[in-house]
Amino acid sequence: MEAVLARIVDRVHHARLHQSPLEIRGGGTKSFYGEAPMGEPLDVTGLAGISSYEPTELVVTVRAGTPLAELEAALGAHGQCLPFEPPHFSAGGTVGGMVAAGLSGPARANVGSVRDHVLGLTLLNGRAEILTFGGQVAKNVAGYDVSRLMAGSWGILGILCDVSLKVMPVAPAVATLCFDWDESRALAQLNRWASQPLPITGSSWHDGRLSLRLGGARAAVSAACGRLGGTLLEPDAAAQWWSSVRDHTQDFFSLGAAELARGECLWRLSVPATAAPVQLPGRQFIEWNGAERWWRSTAGPSQVRAAAAAAGGHATLFRGADKSGGVFTPLGDVLMRIHRGLKQAFDPAGIFNPGRLYAGL
Amino acid sequence: MQRMISQPTREQRQADVVAALREALPHEAVLFRREDTAPYECDALTAYRATPLAVAMPETEAQVAATLAACHRLAVPIIARGAGTGLSGGALPHPLGVILSLARFNRILKIDAAACTAVVQSGVRNLAISEAAAAYGLYYAPDPSSQIACTIGGNVAENSGGVHCLKYGLTLHNVLRVRGFMVDGTPVEFGSEALDSPGLDLLPLVIGSEGMLAVTTEVTVKLIPKPLLARCIMASFDDVESAGAAVASVIARGIIPAGLELMDQSMTACVEAFVHADYDLEAAAILLCESDGTPEEVHEEIQRMEEVLTQAGASRLEVSRDEAQRLRFWSGRKNAFPASGGISPDYMCMDSTIPRKRLAEMLRAIQQMEIKYGLRCVNVFHAGDGNLHPLILFDAEQPDEMRRCELFGADILETSVRLGGTVTGEHGVGVEKLNSMCVQFSPAECAQFLAVKHAFDPLELLNPGKVIPSLQRCAEYGKMHVHRGMLPFPELPRF
Repeated sequence: MEAVLARIVDRVHHARLHQSPLEIRGGGTKSFYGEAPMGEPLDVTGLAGISSYEPTELVVTVRAGTPLAELEAALGAHGQCLPFEPPHFSAGGTVGGMVAAGLSGPARANVGSVRDHVLGLTLLNGRAEILTFGGQVAKNVAGYDVSRLMAGSWGILGILCDVSLKVMPVAPAVATLCFDWDESRALAQLNRWASQPLPITGSSWHDGRLSLRLGGARAAVSAACGRLGGTLLEPDAAAQWWSSVRDHTQDFFSLGAAELARGECLWRLSVPATAAPVQLPGRQFIEWNGAERWWRSTAGPSQVRAAAAAAGGHATLFRGADKSGGVFTPLGDVLMRIHRGLKQAFDPAGIFNPGRLYAGL
Repeated sequence: MQRMISQPTREQRQADVVAALREALPHEAVLFRREDTAPYECDALTAYRATPLAVAMPETEAQVAATLAACHRLAVPIIARGAGTGLSGGALPHPLGVILSLARFNRILKIDAAACTAVVQSGVRNLAISEAAAAYGLYYAPDPSSQIACTIGGNVAENSGGVHCLKYGLTLHNVLRVRGFMVDGTPVEFGSEALDSPGLDLLPLVIGSEGMLAVTTEVTVKLIPKPLLARCIMASFDDVESAGAAVASVIARGIIPAGLELMDQSMTACVEAFVHADYDLEAAAILLCESDGTPEEVHEEIQRMEEVLTQAGASRLEVSRDEAQRLRFWSGRKNAFPASGGISPDYMCMDSTIPRKRLAEMLRAIQQMEIKYGLRCVNVFHAGDGNLHPLILFDAEQPDEMRRCELFGADILETSVRLGGTVTGEHGVGVEKLNSMCVQFSPAECAQFLAVKHAFDPLELLNPGKVIPSLQRCAEYGKMHVHRGMLPFPELPRF
């Protein structure tokens, strides 16, 4: 075993023996998000580097501590990418953090999530065992799909060591069209487009403007542009727009100290794309063809959660000063029982990121 | 005086279970006579058979809940069953268990064209979903070969694939929500009609869990717009190596075909006689390479595909002129299994996945195995995603052929693991690949799988004995095998 991994295994042994919690740390770019980290920091960025990458296999295997930007540059050199567009909230985010937080960017509604692209991984569980699940091939049903369970698990089940991801070619052509429409019209049109064979790869609506990204074969993109109308956005401006949406550098997403002090929060509502407009005080930013609705609001957690539930979804407190109402929507009894069982199955001593997802896990 | 406690006889146990089931279900929904339960003795892996104590055929969710609660109270194993088309024995009965047939859950509850979703009961057939969605210009993408018969509940259990996975994904990528019941009859929902749900993402765990974590009664699937056009190229190659290399070249050019299938010469000869698809019988291998989308997109992509395939050394290319010809190209591929049944009394279908680049190496290894085991093997591959289906031909009447066939199959699976692949791509582990699981997974990994099961089903009542090999089984099997270069099970005592 290499030294860096051996040291991490030792820390896990020690933590387990002394029941002392560990806070698994990659780049720390998402420490603002989720419930407050607890435990002694355990830096895993030493597990770095691309272990294998063969563009013709559409698969990359990478150590979990590798900077995300480094992975994306390596893929870009071969005309490939992580199609789910993981966000970079600041520099230094890691591949492990990307998987553990399970967040995907603007293309998610059309191309799938980070979870959908996980093919396999190596995990260090709470018994300090190094286990490998899944593999480096797209079709694999040997045993339970433990590797995809890790996407969005917030590190509460174990430490990710290596991750194999399905990658895709970069679309040969992209174009962004803009339409000055109100929310209802934008949502209705997005829903109509979704059921037609159009090469849509992203959408956003904010402040009376719908932006629609098309991507794919040149012929398909230009035919769709001709059919849909709207105003074509200049390519550089379009690229900048989508990366600012992905990374939350858009003004809408940046809450300064003053806003936070006023009790303003950034909420993420995940709802069916066809849900009617959600009514809350504040301002809204819509993505994922209507399935993701961000709100900047001073409304309390119960009001926001009720609105999300009424729309058939759930709400997450993405940024906010007061997290006493809980970050994630509480689970029902049966699901919580399964969650406790899984925590026990992977981390019986409860040492990994306790409370980062829900209290008691 | 101490009372003697004896195991109840099978008959007593059956009487108790049937009585309990009859409290949960109408009498006609409980089958227990040998002649009535006979059709449930096996799934499509007919070499393995067992007689269940009873078969329960609930019609409502309340009946499913009551059936599960009754079985849970008596600690009776429960094996959920859809159409029984599984190829790995996942629905094989437990001799002291109950088969929970979901055949009566056959209603499509809702097609929502704006949301591009369908809500269907678990016993609805895969193809029936696409048929019902066709009126809206939509369809359900995963298309296992058995799609006319297999059910969506079974697809969820197996995480089924098909020939279009490379572009459109597996069952997992096309299911939003699974509704069902825990082993004790408590209702549960995984996922939702939104794109994500709070907490751990349990959908990928449940999908592909072979009925071992929960019982599925209702599924929300994603529908996608039907492509306006699909065209298929049939490309011939003089040797399988070039055909394998051509697959890599297509991907390297940034093309994701809607389907990319390879058949070797023995297979084309076999299916040509069966379907008359006009396959090139001179070719050592043929590739079927499909493009779908808008007419403009397809035109552009077919051109690029033709270029790549020609550069890769294709000796002949034929592009489907119309839908009839495209379907004819596919008819051979889709009928590979029944056609093999026509040239051999029996065949065993294998299902492993390897990295695409090892395809030619694998085919050569299989040729060597044909000599070693004295049996013929014909090959079809979902080449685009490295999923191979070698069909080993044998005669079950000859006891030694069955034995050699099993050794041949195990050899293919172990070679697949050695080449960096997996023992099952889409058919599942069931009972068939329990031994091979010992080759792919360490004892600690198997123990972790079991711990996951316990989080859902602490008493191991849902489909027990499937998927996860016992340590003892692996130790027995491991006497002949070495896992990842290590002596298997060093911690177990050996005598």
